[in-house]
Amino acid sequence: MNPVATPFFFYFLSAMALISGVLVITRKNPVHSAIALIFTLLSLAGLYLMLYAPFVAGVQIILYAGGIMVLFLFVIMLVSVSRVERESQFNKQWLVGIAATAALGVLFILVYAKGKSVFPERTVQLPEQLNTQQVAVWLYGTYMLPFEIASLLLLVAIVGAVVMAKKRI
Amino acid sequence: MIATADYIRILPEIVLTLFGLIVMFVDPLLPESRNVKPLGIIALIGSLGAVAASIYQMRYPGPAFWNFVVVDNFSIFFHLLVTIAAALVIMASFEYLRVQEIRAGEYFGLILFGTVGMALMSSAVELVLIFIALEISSISTYILAGFRRRDAGSVESSLKYFLLGSFATAFFLYGIALMFGATGSTDIPQIASALRLNGAPLLAYVAYALMFVGLGFKIASAPFHVWTPDVYEGAPSPVVAFMSTAPKMAVFAVLLRILFVTESPSLLAGSRPVWFWWVWGSAAVSMTLGNLGALVQNNVKRMLAYSAIAHAGYLLVAFAAAPEAGISAAMFYAASYTAMNLGAFIVVSHFANAGERYVTLDDYTGLGRRSPLLAMTLTIFLISLIGIPATAGFFAKFYVFSAALKANLVWLTIIAVVNSAIGAYYYLRVIVAMYMRDSTQEIPVMRVPAGVTATLLCSVAAVIYLGILPGRVLEFATRSAQSLLR
Repeated sequence: MNPVATPFFFYFLSAMALISGVLVITRKNPVHSAIALIFTLLSLAGLYLMLYAPFVAGVQIILYAGGIMVLFLFVIMLVSVSRVERESQFNKQWLVGIAATAALGVLFILVYAKGKSVFPERTVQLPEQLNTQQVAVWLYGTYMLPFEIASLLLLVAIVGAVVMAKKRI
Repeated sequence: MIATADYIRILPEIVLTLFGLIVMFVDPLLPESRNVKPLGIIALIGSLGAVAASIYQMRYPGPAFWNFVVVDNFSIFFHLLVTIAAALVIMASFEYLRVQEIRAGEYFGLILFGTVGMALMSSAVELVLIFIALEISSISTYILAGFRRRDAGSVESSLKYFLLGSFATAFFLYGIALMFGATGSTDIPQIASALRLNGAPLLAYVAYALMFVGLGFKIASAPFHVWTPDVYEGAPSPVVAFMSTAPKMAVFAVLLRILFVTESPSLLAGSRPVWFWWVWGSAAVSMTLGNLGALVQNNVKRMLAYSAIAHAGYLLVAFAAAPEAGISAAMFYAASYTAMNLGAFIVVSHFANAGERYVTLDDYTGLGRRSPLLAMTLTIFLISLIGIPATAGFFAKFYVFSAALKANLVWLTIIAVVNSAIGAYYYLRVIVAMYMRDSTQEIPVMRVPAGVTATLLCSVAAVIYLGILPGRVLEFATRSAQSLLR
């Protein structure tokens, strides 16, 4: 299989994800932030495709870029955009922020300096073809119990949402 | 094809889920004013059924569902602990729900569903399944904490617990991801063999640390304990009785499994595991901060919250101690702590009255005369929490400390003993208030209903049984520890 996963595409998609990610938190208008977030999610979907994970990429687009973004936009419509724009966007936790950034920077340099030795060789061989079928076989085969028990998790969450949001108690 | 034995190995979970669904289905069919009793009885039958199913499981040890779940003595021990705790809390909640006008269907349903998660946590041996089970149990407790919706404190408690708790869960999940990166597997025995073959890479250390952050939050160990007093103060008291015991013990089961099974080769060889100093530090800080915090509390619920932090610390001492004695000591401690803490919170819950009004130390003055039953049982639980002989707390602490000494953890043992002495002061303060001070105001004590009495008697019986005849439980715990370390 001739790889489409060239370094150019990797850097292009990563840069797009990073730039739009920064835009999400720096834009004052929440609608702009939401649109920037869509670009982040789409470029992540592209990265998943490069890892030969078409199913994850598809789910990423349908669920996140599709479903969850619509929810975001609904919420944005409910709050007053003009008032949000006048509010201060950043809090005053400079010290903590600088400390966290410095720590992250040190970690980044460490990883860069040590190179591959930090990350052990991957021991699991990912199947390159029939990815979607593999996901299905695992979900309904080996991973059946966690997959089914997740429905109980959703049920608990729904009951919780009803209990917390109901008007009359 | 899935064998029938596989289903038997998750039978308690199936029973709990079924009865939870029955409660939710029956709820709308009953008039809202008189639904507490029937729903509560269904839930009680469900939890007792799960207890029976856990005992029945003993005949079917082994893995199920592609090695995601393992039934062994260890899992049965924690299954019994969690399901019995759920049954006791359900039994004690009848009156509380009526007085506080809390909707019974959702309440009992969530307790049963949460118990499914906790039970599964103790038998799961795969990190993804553990994560989902942990989320089921956590989300149910977040919601249960906010059930007194008319009260701002309860809503605050729920929201605080939810936000911090989901943050902690994210840490745990990140730890799982890194562990997968380091070893190529999320299956605990496979992680153990990968670590044995290739040694622990740097990534595995980070993964352990992140998982410990996530789980340390759930067991309220320092430095991740800050949420505890506020959440316990605001949440409904029977819920606190539940969430300070059952989910916590389930998380301890997960910790025992992850920490000891993945490191079993180095532990059996007698060397210190990679997470040793981390657990040591957390145990010392939890004990000290918990006991010092409890000293200055005037609100009994907050005081018990700080005491819960301290007890998480004592339990972690057992983790730092030698493997076999340490695991069985931790398991014995878990059982004793569940009995005494649950009982204490049920007394507090009943005495607090409508709207959780009477919770300060001054309210407890003269309780010995006004309600001998409540005062007597609370006294037994408190002296057990101190660790006075003839109660469960004594042997629990004794086994933990002796395991720590056997592992040459002299300093940690000294810190623990000093802390026990500090702890005695604030527990005794409550007893003194109940018996030796006269009440300044007239506080109505509600008639103690049958459900609360039964719960209290069961807890007292457990505390005294473990305090006088600890042999059988300890022997069972030792056998489980051996099955875990194999």
